Amino acid sequence: MSTTGITSWNVDLADIGAIYPFAGYEVLMVAVGVVAWLAWHRWCHRWEKDYHDKVIVEYNKRQQQSSDVDG
Amino acid sequence: MDSNLNALTTVFTEFYYWVTIPLMFFIHVGFCMYEVGASRRRNHIHTLMKNSMIIPLVTITFFFFGWWIYWAFPNFPMSIDWAAGAANTAWSETMATNLQDRISGVFWAAFLLFSWTAASIVSGSVIERINSSAFWILAVVIGSVAWVIDASWGWHYAGWMVQYLGYHDAYASGVIHAIAGGFALGVLVVLGPRLGKFAADGTPRDIRPHNPWMVCVGLFIIYAGFWGFYVACNIPLIDPAGIDGEITGTTWTATTIYLTPTTLGAITFNFLMSLSGGMLMAFTLSKGDAFWTYSGGLAGIITASAGNDIYHPMQAMIIGGIGVFIAYKMHFYVERRFKIDDAVGAVAVHGYAGFVGLIICGFVLWGHPSSPYAGYAEITPWGQAIGAVIMFGVLGFLPGWIVAKVLNGMGILRIPKEVELLGLDFADQQEQEAAQQDVRAAVRDLMK
Repeated sequence: MSTTGITSWNVDLADIGAIYPFAGYEVLMVAVGVVAWLAWHRWCHRWEKDYHDKVIVEYNKRQQQSSDVDG
Repeated sequence: MDSNLNALTTVFTEFYYWVTIPLMFFIHVGFCMYEVGASRRRNHIHTLMKNSMIIPLVTITFFFFGWWIYWAFPNFPMSIDWAAGAANTAWSETMATNLQDRISGVFWAAFLLFSWTAASIVSGSVIERINSSAFWILAVVIGSVAWVIDASWGWHYAGWMVQYLGYHDAYASGVIHAIAGGFALGVLVVLGPRLGKFAADGTPRDIRPHNPWMVCVGLFIIYAGFWGFYVACNIPLIDPAGIDGEITGTTWTATTIYLTPTTLGAITFNFLMSLSGGMLMAFTLSKGDAFWTYSGGLAGIITASAGNDIYHPMQAMIIGGIGVFIAYKMHFYVERRFKIDDAVGAVAVHGYAGFVGLIICGFVLWGHPSSPYAGYAEITPWGQAIGAVIMFGVLGFLPGWIVAKVLNGMGILRIPKEVELLGLDFADQQEQEAAQQDVRAAVRDLMK
């Protein structure tokens, strides 16, 4: 039993191709990757918006202080 | 790997491409230094991360679909080569640890580093006002889709542009530089200039780099990485029988991506001479300005790159100089006339220089065979001119402008005015200051 299909190196290398674990599940592995990629873009957009909102609050606070001083 | 010669050639080729990859990594290091140096102090970290995150995003998407596009699209939209594409899908057994395939990984990575470069070129021009999350979508579009289509059409031995136009672009004047410059211009038109860039009467203001040294060292590092780029554009050693074209005899050779013979010696001469021509011209035009002199070296190489597999070194030098003259003049003309704020001159250095380089190549290499295969069109000025329009305009400017328009329509292309005024790093700097004060207070308590 081996996740790679290789249980011994007593083989002719000319007969050996893929040696990564879980060969045969490539489509599933790629699908997981694509979902993670798209989810990251969505998370990133929200994170950046929240970050900007924080800066805008600070900007408005400063503007208010400035007009209070001027007034 | 069934004979010693076969094994040696395979392992040499694998190692050859592998070496180009860390060399090309320097291009990205250089771009990051150059961009951060050009930005103002309040935007450093976001500018750095905007460029750095190109690496993971373009890498995974180039793995998911970019590499497949290159192999499947040489004759797109007339046809899709499903058979060639199948071996290069993300789920193919050869796109992983496989003892029957030692080349796919390194060849894929060499192309991937070109993809990073394409996206990184765009990154510099849009600093200090683009939303990073929007830029990263644009980076995927240029890095894993648009440039890969152009490579498939014009940088693949069987691409339709090579077959029917005789398109020749050995070291990517068009397939990387003109397209990235055109794409950047398309985005800039929609994005608009940085606040304060233009006076009320439209006169452009000079927003100086915060650290000119960092910018120049960054450009110097890009030169170093460019060596790896050039070497990666060649096939190092091939038997004429393997080319299967019209070459006779048994003399093995290095070739371009089109399988046309060249040598590493040729591209070494021409890389250095076009760099020199570009630097000399830029120094003269800018009266010794360091930023433009270094950029001119880059633009000189980019202009001559289309034909640097064949040019004489003196031709490479003169062509490099001509390209820089045109790119420099165009940069300031477009800035004044159209109010385009290209923060690092990327559209000029890559876009205009690459475009001009393709046109010049059409005249200088007029009649030279574009391929070792029979029936392909020869290199001509009109083939190169059409190619330049496709690279800069159709696959560069147009996708950049369209995607930027969509992102702008969704309200996510540009950062809010308040953020631009206070700086992209403002909230981080506040937190950093608070953390430092906290630590200082704790130390004072301990000293009591």
